[in-house]
Amino acid sequence: MGFIMSVDTTMTSQPVAVQTAQQQRMASIAARQRLQDVFFHRITQSFSLLVLIALMGIIVSLVINAWPAFQKFGLQFVWRVEWDIINEEFGAAIAIVGTLASASIALVIAVPLAFGIALFLTETCPVWLRRPLGTAVELLAAVPSIIYGMFGLFVFAPLFADHVQPGLQGLLGTMPLIGPLFGGATNGIGILAAGIVLAFMVLPFIAAVMRDVFEIVPPILRESAYGLGCTTWEVVRRVVLPYTQKGVVGGIMLGLGRALGETMAVTFVIGNANRLPTSLFSPGTSIASTLANEFGEAADFHLSTLFALGLLLFVITFVVLAAAKIMIMRAEKAKGL
Amino acid sequence: MSTDTASSASFNLKRYKARQRANAIGLTLSMGAMVLGLFVLLWILSVLFRNGFAALDWSMFTESTPAPGSEGGGLANAIVGSLMMVAVTVLVSTPVGILAGIYLAEYGDRSKTAELTRFVTDIMLSAPSIVLGLFVYAIAVATVGKFSGWAGSLALSLIAIPVVVRTTEVPGSLREAAFALGAPRWKVALMVTLRAARSGVLTGLLLAVARISGETAPLLFTALNNQFFSLDMGAPMANLPVVIFQFAMSPYDNWIRLAWGGALLITLSVLLLNIVARVFLRDKSPK
Repeated sequence: MGFIMSVDTTMTSQPVAVQTAQQQRMASIAARQRLQDVFFHRITQSFSLLVLIALMGIIVSLVINAWPAFQKFGLQFVWRVEWDIINEEFGAAIAIVGTLASASIALVIAVPLAFGIALFLTETCPVWLRRPLGTAVELLAAVPSIIYGMFGLFVFAPLFADHVQPGLQGLLGTMPLIGPLFGGATNGIGILAAGIVLAFMVLPFIAAVMRDVFEIVPPILRESAYGLGCTTWEVVRRVVLPYTQKGVVGGIMLGLGRALGETMAVTFVIGNANRLPTSLFSPGTSIASTLANEFGEAADFHLSTLFALGLLLFVITFVVLAAAKIMIMRAEKAKGL
Repeated sequence: MSTDTASSASFNLKRYKARQRANAIGLTLSMGAMVLGLFVLLWILSVLFRNGFAALDWSMFTESTPAPGSEGGGLANAIVGSLMMVAVTVLVSTPVGILAGIYLAEYGDRSKTAELTRFVTDIMLSAPSIVLGLFVYAIAVATVGKFSGWAGSLALSLIAIPVVVRTTEVPGSLREAAFALGAPRWKVALMVTLRAARSGVLTGLLLAVARISGETAPLLFTALNNQFFSLDMGAPMANLPVVIFQFAMSPYDNWIRLAWGGALLITLSVLLLNIVARVFLRDKSPK
């Protein structure tokens, strides 16, 4: 920036010959800077392209490594209900069912709780408590998932087996239709336990996103609703929720993306059984936990089927996360209007 | 006429009471959710602290992980391995993340590629980390034929870079002032925007470190584990998350005790990093 000052002084006081020499120097500096700028543009651009290259690399390498599995079983791999390592008969259905079941259970439990927490933090909580409680929720969202897994295995599963499962079985096990869902051995480990531990894990995450989304509602909307005599509940139901609809759904789907791909919180408690679960209490497996358990000892064709599972997981979570992102982007755009 | 207004008044009162009741029920449930959520999370932390502090002793930092069935032992090799891999990850992902973030901030509002990059970065932020482990296994373990600390760092970098990119991308109005003075774009980016965004970038780095310190899944197939003390990044490397995973699932009491100790160490550092990042952001942001 220094040269600009010197140009200023020369313009007014120096003779013409010196002035043109100065102009030439200025031109060369400008040319050099243009070059530097182009260079800078390209360098930073290539680094940002790295992210796209990494994504391509992930997809390509997964497809290449999964190819033998898809070659043998075709697309049927996705719904074959078989996972026999010795006879090399593989299908993804068992793991996909376990993944979807545990993630759905997690969301069914976590979403209403997260909504309640977000509502409390934005509407009813005394102002002096808002910040500490909000920070606590955000900090808990940062706790590594392996901690939730250990908690699930050592503390939650025994309690669940002794006190909750027998009760649920006695209460609901004899009912028509839903009875079989609560059948089987009550040892605390299984699809339902994994879903509940996952719910604990995604709860702070979803609650934090929902609170952020609720806070974008313009105060004037809220205040006018209160001014018309609405109760807090009505303000939330009829003003805040409709206004933040897309953001809330986006936040829930972000949580779903996390729950689907989570490895550690699930592996500890899902039971790791390669059978199709028959009830909520029966052990099962998810894609991520199958990978975590079997990849170390796998070889050749088995390895390829695990890559195929990984590819399926990546595709599923990618679609969910992309949809979530688009929804949140739309919500932000609506805010700008 | 008078009966009419009376009945409509009583009707309104009924409706008013119903609304009040719905409000009370809704708010009570919401408060219940908050209490339940806090209870569960405090419960988890209290279990962790109780078991973790009971396991904590000096030999945890001086001795390496014990062999199956042997007594005692510590986590020294895993702690050092984790620190080394996280350090390499920070060295790799800081420049990459910052330069990519500068591109998005400086040139991002006009190009389609930048928009796509931003979108993909956001998705990579939440992509399943175990799949990133698979990818790194395919390109950096299967090709050379051995697990290594380098592969572990590469997998962690794939998680850390998106975090850094998203926090570097801070648009500054100071830029226009610098442009008006005739400063070239790269100078503006490096000396004005980046400086103004400094606390944001540092926060992003701290959060990235917090995020990767607890990641287990991507290390399972890349750094693997090593029973012995090793500083060789080219060989399988012990690290806290994988040791915790293996030890917690084991039948040995001293292994499980060490797993709790390691879990406490990781959680404390993650929480500390988050708190520091927060304090940092709060102190610097108003200026």
